[in-house]
Amino acid sequence: MAMTDRDELVRSLAGLALFADLRDPDLEAIADPEWERRFSAGERVLRRGLSGGGLFVILDGEAAVELPTDADNPRRLRRGDFFGEVSTLLDCKPTADVVARSALHCLEVPGPELEAFLLHYPQVTYRMLQTVTRRLRDLLQ
Amino acid sequence: MPPTRNERPFPPADYPVVVVGSGPGGLQASYCLSRLGVEHAVVSQDETPGGMFCRYPIFQRLLSWSKPDAPAERGTREYEWFDHNSLVADEPELQALVPTFMDRAFMVPSRPEMERGLAAFAERAPVVVRYGCEWQATRRDEDGRLVLTTSDGEYRCRAAVFALGVTTPWRSPIPGIEEVPHYVDCRQPPDYRGRRVFVVGKRNSAFEIADGLLPWAKQVILGSPRPVQTAVIAQASVRVRYLQPYEDSTLGGGTCAIDLAVEQIERRGDRWRVSGHGTTRPGPIDLEVDDVIAATGFTTPLLDLPELGVRTVSQGRIPALTPFWESEPGSGIYFAGNATQGAPGLRKHGVGASSPAVHGFRYNARVMARHLAETHLDATFPRPRIDPGGLVPYLLQEATTAPELWTQKSYLARMVSEGGEADIVPLSDWVDNPGARSVCIAVEADAAGAIYPAVYVAKDGDVRERLLEPHQLHDFRGPPYERELSAAL
Repeated sequence: MAMTDRDELVRSLAGLALFADLRDPDLEAIADPEWERRFSAGERVLRRGLSGGGLFVILDGEAAVELPTDADNPRRLRRGDFFGEVSTLLDCKPTADVVARSALHCLEVPGPELEAFLLHYPQVTYRMLQTVTRRLRDLLQ
Repeated sequence: MPPTRNERPFPPADYPVVVVGSGPGGLQASYCLSRLGVEHAVVSQDETPGGMFCRYPIFQRLLSWSKPDAPAERGTREYEWFDHNSLVADEPELQALVPTFMDRAFMVPSRPEMERGLAAFAERAPVVVRYGCEWQATRRDEDGRLVLTTSDGEYRCRAAVFALGVTTPWRSPIPGIEEVPHYVDCRQPPDYRGRRVFVVGKRNSAFEIADGLLPWAKQVILGSPRPVQTAVIAQASVRVRYLQPYEDSTLGGGTCAIDLAVEQIERRGDRWRVSGHGTTRPGPIDLEVDDVIAATGFTTPLLDLPELGVRTVSQGRIPALTPFWESEPGSGIYFAGNATQGAPGLRKHGVGASSPAVHGFRYNARVMARHLAETHLDATFPRPRIDPGGLVPYLLQEATTAPELWTQKSYLARMVSEGGEADIVPLSDWVDNPGARSVCIAVEADAAGAIYPAVYVAKDGDVRERLLEPHQLHDFRGPPYERELSAAL
């Protein structure tokens, strides 16, 4: 059988550190077409000041975190990076825009489903915590 | 009297716009273009109007409601919210047609009732279609115009609207599934009497089959990797008719909805073997069943459009679209109908638009037609003006009764510019391109089911969001809301 977009989605997820501990059936469950999102270069993915967003994981492409206070030095996001977790977990509005810098392929875990998702896949939660902790360390250093 | 073959309209030629399809998406798009005075041809491979509703749903009953009597008077704009199946029009004689064909046995129409409603719209509007004309290929000529090759010859146009439906059977990539009958091949329910049936999938079409087979089959098992999204289903059309199999499953009544990544489907004599691994509850699962049915969904028949730059989402099944339902800005390749779900909008709180259904895409068509004409045909259309003194009550009236806002929550919004021009706009486009000063109001819903107006105020390119309080009866008019909205403005 020819490889399909779903196969590609499952393989793409399998290659990310965030999902490295999951079994194939778990990856198939996560590779939900309803969660697959594509953006064109220049399109806003996460919008500063707008509620109701989710957690985005970049599968392919590049995005930038654009803060109004630091417009000249946007943080680049690439395959495997995730964003939107702060506003989703804390139920607050994002404080920055995230803009696609190229054609961008993402998986979005909708906000209302994030808690159940993280509790169901504790391995993903642990790896997220590691990444967030690294970010905090880098900020403090 | 319908035209004969020799009198068929729209022979192959150059047209400003060509619409492909005569299902509800094509009929609505053509009607909206005609209302704007946009010359266009409509071609369809079918012989009659109605598209998928000439064949599906296979169990002959829709999911979406049309309430013959409702809080709003039939034929009014407000009534459209209570009638999710009729196409929309400005003329009273074209409004709310589907309920006129319903026998009130259910609040959702049967398939033939829906088909008659669409045919009546096509006949009375009229929406003129060249039937029996199959679109076969697409390319661009040296001037950048689109060239549509059809069974009747070539059509050239500056923009095309593809209302193709999402109706071509699609199978998920499971080894052995090629042999499995698809939803569209499902036999009559009595043929499944006393049999053990495995249905691949746990979405609308899977539940429809399970519900149809419950009175006949010995056992129905539904399987797919993800658990049934009960929170989603509770607020989705599918619950109207097809939750009984799920209830049966949760009560242990014989039906089973299992979370299974199917890895292999094998034909074994006159039976089938389905094997895979559990997802929610890990472990191997092997099933021997009498029948397997693939309720794995449908795809859009895009033919060669990807070669013209049309990207896809949802495992390649749906075209990825701009907020105005174009494949790329300026491409002139537009979509109408079910495929407009390819423009996801903001999806706030994970809530998707109603674009896959008639009650959502009928409003997309109206916005799309005007955008197409203004972008590709240099047309301009005046917008109604709102007096500044009446702005606040106007916005609250819209939040309370506008069917566009209620059916397309967080997706279509009522916008009023600084100059007082009012418009219905795709919200995701407006928040990214709001102009100097304007205001939008949308109806939104959160994960807990609360419904409330959301106000977006643009000033110097910056957008501020303010969520108003929900109301028990969804009536956002009156002094408390006026005060709150005035403060936001």
